[in-house]
Amino acid sequence: MAKDETATFRLIGTRPDRPDGLDKVTGRARYGADVQAPGMLHGAVVRSPHAHARILRIDASKALALDGVKAVVTRADLPSGLTGEDWNLQENTLAGEVALYDGHAVAAVAATSKLRAQDAARLVEVEYEILPHVTDVDEAIRPDAPAIRPGAADHSVPTGSPPNLVRQIDFGHGDLEAGFAAADLVREQTYRTEATHQGYIEPQACLGQLGADGKGEMWVCTQGQWYIRRMCAAVLGIEAAQLRVTPSEIGGGFGGKTTIFMEPLALALSRKAGGRPVKLVMSRAEVMRATGPTGSASMDVKLGMTAEGMITAAKVTFRMQGGPFVGASPVGEALSCALACYTVPAVHHLGLEVLANRPKAAAYRAPGAPMAAFAVESLLDEMCRELQLDPIEVRLKNAAHEGTKASYGPTYKRIGLVETLQATKTHPNLSLPLGPNQGRGVAAGFWFNHGGETSVSLAIGEDGTVQVSIGTPDIGGSRASLALMVAETLGIPYENVRVNVVETGALGVNEPTHGSRATFASGKAAVESARQAIAQMCRRAAAAWGIDPDAVEWRDGAAVPSGDNAGKFPPMTIAEIGAAMGSTGGPISGHHETTAGGVGASFGVHVVDVEVDPETGRTTVLRYLVVQDAGRAIHPAYVEGQYQGGAAQGIGWALNEEYVYGADGRLQNPLFLDYRMPVASDLPMIDTVIVEVPNPGHPYGVRGVGETGITPPLPALANAIAAATGLRLRSLPMSPPKVLAALRARANG
Amino acid sequence: MNYHRPTSFEQASAIAAAAAGVTRFLAGGTDVLVQLRAGTVTPDDLIDLKHIPGVKEIAPTAEGGWRIGVAVSGADLGRHAGLCADWPGVVEGMRLVGSIQVQGRATLAGNLCNGSAAADSVPGLVAAAARVSVVGPQGRRELAVEDIPAGPGRTVLAPGELIAAIILPARGARGGDAYLRFIPRTEMDIAVVGAAVNLRLDGDRVAEARVALGAVAPRILLVPEAADAILGTPLDASALSALAAAATAAARPITDRRGTAEFRREVVGVLVCRAARIAYQRAGGAAT
Repeated sequence: MAKDETATFRLIGTRPDRPDGLDKVTGRARYGADVQAPGMLHGAVVRSPHAHARILRIDASKALALDGVKAVVTRADLPSGLTGEDWNLQENTLAGEVALYDGHAVAAVAATSKLRAQDAARLVEVEYEILPHVTDVDEAIRPDAPAIRPGAADHSVPTGSPPNLVRQIDFGHGDLEAGFAAADLVREQTYRTEATHQGYIEPQACLGQLGADGKGEMWVCTQGQWYIRRMCAAVLGIEAAQLRVTPSEIGGGFGGKTTIFMEPLALALSRKAGGRPVKLVMSRAEVMRATGPTGSASMDVKLGMTAEGMITAAKVTFRMQGGPFVGASPVGEALSCALACYTVPAVHHLGLEVLANRPKAAAYRAPGAPMAAFAVESLLDEMCRELQLDPIEVRLKNAAHEGTKASYGPTYKRIGLVETLQATKTHPNLSLPLGPNQGRGVAAGFWFNHGGETSVSLAIGEDGTVQVSIGTPDIGGSRASLALMVAETLGIPYENVRVNVVETGALGVNEPTHGSRATFASGKAAVESARQAIAQMCRRAAAAWGIDPDAVEWRDGAAVPSGDNAGKFPPMTIAEIGAAMGSTGGPISGHHETTAGGVGASFGVHVVDVEVDPETGRTTVLRYLVVQDAGRAIHPAYVEGQYQGGAAQGIGWALNEEYVYGADGRLQNPLFLDYRMPVASDLPMIDTVIVEVPNPGHPYGVRGVGETGITPPLPALANAIAAATGLRLRSLPMSPPKVLAALRARANG
Repeated sequence: MNYHRPTSFEQASAIAAAAAGVTRFLAGGTDVLVQLRAGTVTPDDLIDLKHIPGVKEIAPTAEGGWRIGVAVSGADLGRHAGLCADWPGVVEGMRLVGSIQVQGRATLAGNLCNGSAAADSVPGLVAAAARVSVVGPQGRRELAVEDIPAGPGRTVLAPGELIAAIILPARGARGGDAYLRFIPRTEMDIAVVGAAVNLRLDGDRVAEARVALGAVAPRILLVPEAADAILGTPLDASALSALAAAATAAARPITDRRGTAEFRREVVGVLVCRAARIAYQRAGGAAT
């Protein structure tokens, strides 16, 4: 670990036990489906078996006649007149006139048991008129493609454009022509990525209750309880503050649980069933068909490079689909991330968002960035090989640094790409010899990181222990990291701090845990809250001692007289202050709310060694190295876990994961059996190096580490396979049939 | 749904013969229970075979082979030293099915009766010339394993008929078998291609051979042409290339979510050669 040694800490950078560990290994942790309530009903959802079909008639009479069935809801039970993203959310919750993808919800049923609800759902008769469909991004953008939602395009799309082109993004800077003219080598290629799912192990699950008075409660597995509140309120036409949302423990999210899918249905069913609580738990097939995977992409990249490896110009055109809704694809983020690693004199980005008959895409770990990296970092590697230049040296030559005007506009403050590349260069993995059919691939990646709306409260207990209330569900160890930062600030043991993820009634609005923001933003607000509590505790001590509060310092968990008063009074500990606080002015707490600024981007470099079986096309990952700038690693084990997790998901995306659609537009692989995520034995131990270039915008230098790690694996694997075989694969996944077909095509000349 | 717990195969057969709707036999349950929970098959009558005496036993036969009860799990097979020594290819095929948890339940008979062309345990049984003892309303009969599947998800067994045991022949001297499958991952997947080879040596030459292929046709294939390609040879390069060609020629694969027809045709030739080399070494032949 390339640790920052400019500051020393008592706790930060240590690896204490995780606060949720015992609960999780003993099964005591309560996940979304573990919540029960008296009088609870169970829901089931009726889903379209067609990729695109007009709904002619829904007849629920047979379902309602079944004993134990208490409610059926259809779109007619939801308010009309919504616009923009609220309409998108409502339409995705329950189809209106047209089912837009295989798995699109059409109706929902609540009954006294799950089996009864499922039986009832099968009895709901839906008459469809099947419409022509399109699922492939390149086919969807054709002028003659079946129009999915005529009139949906926004103002950025010129009239006369293909019917499914709904959004166009265009930006850049510099003189592109001059840039390409200055290059010794100009290359242009097209790359494709298939949609992949986050694959969180816990399916969507919730328990919702809503009365006729518009007051409701929800217990739900989510990354963001206030987003659930706002979105459910909009879809159902109720007031946000009347809906109290409690997040459960969460079995993975990766961005996919920052939005709603079936959650409003639990509330709508409850309202219709006289306010009885309704539990809804998705099956894996429902998760795959009807929650939000990422989009699929078709991308053109053109790069200019001098013989020495300097990038002179770049032009990218990305076509992406994110399902049948405007704004769901990550094309904007993809464009912004495409060349963010480099100092490029002239760059132009064009993004084309296309509708397709697929589920509404959701965020997936650094949305858009992995696809963009696959295209740009693959072509960069191709050009390095052509010019016989070292891929790390070329990246170092072009690396963005403090003061660089980023490809997407702003000027970088302190960033750590150069340090990350240098740490990569000297890692022992790079000097290990490779055998026959083996190859090494290198790629870099970037993610912005995010601040966002944040509200945190902290309170001192009567015994001097500390509770911290945060609004960002813990998906990657943030409770441990926050406890470390608070304990460090207060000068008390880590074990004396308990961090609780709280419900919407307990704090102001918090954005979800997304954008790698929880440890950064909730951490920053928690440290600020601790400082407020310290100031209050110093005032209590000053009052007891009869000295000026400015003459009191906080040191090692205690108020200490300073200056002229130094040594006049013994230190007053946090436990002593806590014990007395009822009679010294009341409870002591700290609170901070902000839309957090000072975000620091994180850059990463991955190096992978693979072996390709020339007879079967099967790729084995031999070893894998992640080097990434954390700013500062508060709890290094969790940081390493994020690095390894990002790499593991990226390896799956690169090699085998894909949404496979039949000619009928139905998803062919809605189970883990055929949606081939890597299993543990597919991966080597993933080596990690934590680089620390502290972010000046955070009290302890945190940048956020969750997302960058999924960005380099796609091109790193492609570059390694190219090194092993001499074959360039420009379409994901690089599954054995594709690799073998490419090997045979070359053999047959 | 009616749940039955017979204590003899004859009783099980009688219940099944009298049942009118969808009937399923329950041994390990790793297919039946999953289908039930997924709502793809909801039996009207579920007949649990685990309480019939002897169904969890592996017993030597008078002929020197093995008789494997219908509720013997993959984990049980893997723990049985005699069976592993005689038929490592059969055992390794079964051991590839599912996870450790599934191995504690899943059975050879269940894998066979599920009727999948990708069943990992079946090519090894076919190559081994295994037979099954079938009990039905007309009494007992014995069938070759390769004759049981009728097509995807179907068997030749008549209503009321069920498998009572799987019978492996005597291994004899200088014999070896092996099974390999191709999956893009390392485990928890379904065979894209499977190949089993069982052979006996005379000196360094192949004196007897049986070759079975999985996931390259609607049923698991016994391919005599592939066996003929290596008979009388020391499994040298030309024999292996003839073996690969015969396997590829016999394959009639489809393209689906798990792989392309083209890929399966080619890789079945690769796997059958790799399996043949392992079987050859297990039979005592030198590495080729």
